[in-house]
Amino acid sequence: MTATSALFVREWRIARRIGGGASIGASFFLILIAIMPFALGPDLNLLARLGPAILWIAALLATLLGLDRLFQADEDDGSLDVMMTATPPLEVIVLIKCAAHWTASALPLVVVSPLFGLMLGMGGKPLMLVAATLAAGTPALTMLGAIGAALTVSLRRGGLLMAVLVLPLTIPVIIFGVAAASAASGGAAPFLTPFLMLCAMSLIAVAAAPFAAAAALRHVRE
Amino acid sequence: MRLRAWDLAIERGGRRLFEGLSFEAEAGAAVIVTGPNGAGKSSLLRALCGFLPIEAGGFTLEGGDAELTVGEQAHYLGHADAIKGALTAGENLVFWAAMLGGAATRATALAALARVGLAHVVDFPARALSAGQKRRAALARLLVARRPLWLLDEPTTALDASSQSAFATVMQAHLDAGGLLVAATHASLGLRNAKELRLATTP
Repeated sequence: MTATSALFVREWRIARRIGGGASIGASFFLILIAIMPFALGPDLNLLARLGPAILWIAALLATLLGLDRLFQADEDDGSLDVMMTATPPLEVIVLIKCAAHWTASALPLVVVSPLFGLMLGMGGKPLMLVAATLAAGTPALTMLGAIGAALTVSLRRGGLLMAVLVLPLTIPVIIFGVAAASAASGGAAPFLTPFLMLCAMSLIAVAAAPFAAAAALRHVRE
Repeated sequence: MRLRAWDLAIERGGRRLFEGLSFEAEAGAAVIVTGPNGAGKSSLLRALCGFLPIEAGGFTLEGGDAELTVGEQAHYLGHADAIKGALTAGENLVFWAAMLGGAATRATALAALARVGLAHVVDFPARALSAGQKRRAALARLLVARRPLWLLDEPTTALDASSQSAFATVMQAHLDAGGLLVAATHASLGLRNAKELRLATTP
């Protein structure tokens, strides 16, 4: 087993064994969506129009949930120290940890989002396209969150500060994510342009964020 | 192989812990760092790993791999055990073997655990281990991958007398195989060929 696959397997096992793993993020997502009709009223047309935005905001919050522990759990028990002496560079370690976190917490949301979209009165084809926008955009959210998690790694109660740091950075992702999702559910704008922008943002985040997060980890822990 | 440090100075929180610290250790030798609390023993080890910046001086592992930093050729054992409670002792060690450049197999993990007397807990969740057993599992991490330099911070904390002497044997075997060791400790580790590096608190 190589170092990277061993790290992925370890992260995946820990996510599954503590905190309920994939199911808890999906449950949080479900509850947020289920609350919306109570807050907005039972007007199906209104819900269908707001559906993509609601799904995206819920996905954003559910993705950030748990990200503050991404590095802090390893900092607390000394694992991060040992990881810094490990064979793979810290940038690769960050990337693998993010990949494991994404598959354990964001991917289940993408898979169940069409089901929850039904509760918001959205149609069949738009649901699939909205799920596609979530699949394309959530990697960017995870990677941005990782930078915030790295910056707040040495703070006891860093969760809120992390959200404050990260949420403004996610605005472009939200704009293009909701634009693509709205276009999918019958807006006038084209679907493909914002969708490709969303893919580009995720690719840039996957390429650049590991360096930023690793630099933050090295610096903050001095 | 030789560990050489010259004119080291380290600051923490604006306070200079020590300066002008130089020491050398040949392969097979141990450096035992002693000194009162706050003298900078842990900071010295963390600086050697590359976790802390040094204000002056430098250090190098002569005869080591020039492509790697000293930290990447070292096993670091800090105050925390780096053992995940959600994984079994064996899973923890297989993971560290893969990360630290060893053979990531169950056999490696079992052999390392056997040397610290823990072979029977290989499939136990690590959270069910006692503090001393967890510490011994952390010590077993030093054995799953071969690295020439061991940097140990209070390695014998929470260990009973028999585990301490068992660990002394493990350390001596590492030195006899041409390894190097820098340990910060208050207790005697019982090693041959060990020299003391005493840090005094600067006012």
